[in-house]
Amino acid sequence: MQRYSVFAVAREALRFHKGWERAWASPEPKKKYDVIIIGAGGHGLATAYYLGMNHGIRNVAVIEKGWLGGGNTGRNTTIIRSNYLQDPSAAIYEKARSLYETMSQDLNYNVMFSPRGVMMLAQTEHEVRGYKRTAHANSLQGVSTEFITPERVKELCPIMEIRGPRYPVLGALWQARGGTARHDAVAWGYARACSAMGMDIIQKCEVTGIRTEGGQVKGVSTSKGEIDCDKLAIVVAGHSGQVAEMAGFRLPIESLALQALVSEPIKPCMDVVVMANTVHGYMSQSDKGEMVIGGGTDGFNNYTQRGSFHHIEETVRALVETFPIISRLKMLRQWGGIVDMTGDRSPILSKTPVHNIFINCGWGTGGFKAIPGSGWAMAELVAKGEPGPLAAEFGLNRFREGRFIDESVAAGVAH
Amino acid sequence: MLILHCPYCGVDADETELAAGGEAHLKRFGPGSSDEEFEGYLFGRENPRGVHLERWRHAHGCGKWFHAARCTATLEVFGTYSAQVTEPPAEIREAITAKRPGWSWREFS
Repeated sequence: MQRYSVFAVAREALRFHKGWERAWASPEPKKKYDVIIIGAGGHGLATAYYLGMNHGIRNVAVIEKGWLGGGNTGRNTTIIRSNYLQDPSAAIYEKARSLYETMSQDLNYNVMFSPRGVMMLAQTEHEVRGYKRTAHANSLQGVSTEFITPERVKELCPIMEIRGPRYPVLGALWQARGGTARHDAVAWGYARACSAMGMDIIQKCEVTGIRTEGGQVKGVSTSKGEIDCDKLAIVVAGHSGQVAEMAGFRLPIESLALQALVSEPIKPCMDVVVMANTVHGYMSQSDKGEMVIGGGTDGFNNYTQRGSFHHIEETVRALVETFPIISRLKMLRQWGGIVDMTGDRSPILSKTPVHNIFINCGWGTGGFKAIPGSGWAMAELVAKGEPGPLAAEFGLNRFREGRFIDESVAAGVAH
Repeated sequence: MLILHCPYCGVDADETELAAGGEAHLKRFGPGSSDEEFEGYLFGRENPRGVHLERWRHAHGCGKWFHAARCTATLEVFGTYSAQVTEPPAEIREAITAKRPGWSWREFS
């Protein structure tokens, strides 16, 4: 792998940029791999990366139906935070957040991690109590957050109207070390590092079946032929149900469309991420100057990657009240992604009824922030066959045992 | 915008008038059932990419629950029907078959 550095830029500048190599290879699949990972989104690539880095397993293929990072990894609002209420969630999201801090150096790829701070507005008395509770839980978990006053909110985000008639700002849960990162770069950086370790990233290769024998995985059938494997990891987010069905088991998951939009670019006016869960909208400003806005999911199962118009309307209506400055902005584009929702709004990292098939799904509306932590935990699960401390609580069996990690009640509505 | 015909009040209701109620025709399990049965009833879902039978409520209209047959990949609605049934009626099945030959959903087809 050619290292990126200021010297590399200078060297290439002197020779008309003819020396840059491809960031990752596009090989044809081999006959057999130790591990096949279905899904080359952030979570799948991170799993491959940590399999190689932490566990020395490098005979790995990551296969992808579409293009690299073309699913939810490239469709989210890039928010990174770890201020969750429940201990298992805080542990894995905080692991992820801390890995984001050094990701650009670790991968030698600029993922533009920007720890600009994330605030979650408390706009009802109930939310004030809920967020104070979360702040206390976070200090016990070793996650640095604080509950701040409306005056401090205004200071951090001057464009906000804190005395709105319907949704006054009564305070906020502030995580100074949260922020954003460039979502595509996260996928690209991991892909480049995986490719450099000799792993195969195979795009435009759809899995059409999973072959098992005596309750043990044998391989996958794909649009590029049969590929054998010892272990299989399913990391496909919204379409987890379809892939699990190929392997012959069901998941406690429903797929919904979640949409986001960006405005036309404007001058810098907001250097924090603001989430308003009561009205269900969140906003930050991208480096290009666009206001990046996300809202709630559709209420019904669908796979359309489009979303209902009235949800956009609800989100924007609420945000315009809190941020009057955006009322005249034009929408530049809007898109949707398919999120996999579990009953307790927490992810699944688990063994499955088929031996040596592992699944990582259920991140629902908040998977981007978890990418490195999820990959770290999933790699351990795949390598050892048993979950490590980060993944232990997120098994499929929790639904049978009633051991939920309930983040939906814990005011973790918006992710 | 999704528009569903309410079989009770006869209104073609916009999505904003309706509340989605999730998968239809679930088999209920009560006291004495096994953990596995409870898990399936409470959390196991078909979640198909294609034909989906589901419950809706005409929340900002007549308030009644009803059933709908819809495609989750295209949002095409095959029809709506009464909530007072435990499986899709023949005309709904025919309407789905006309559009999606060879479909099946759980034990229905």
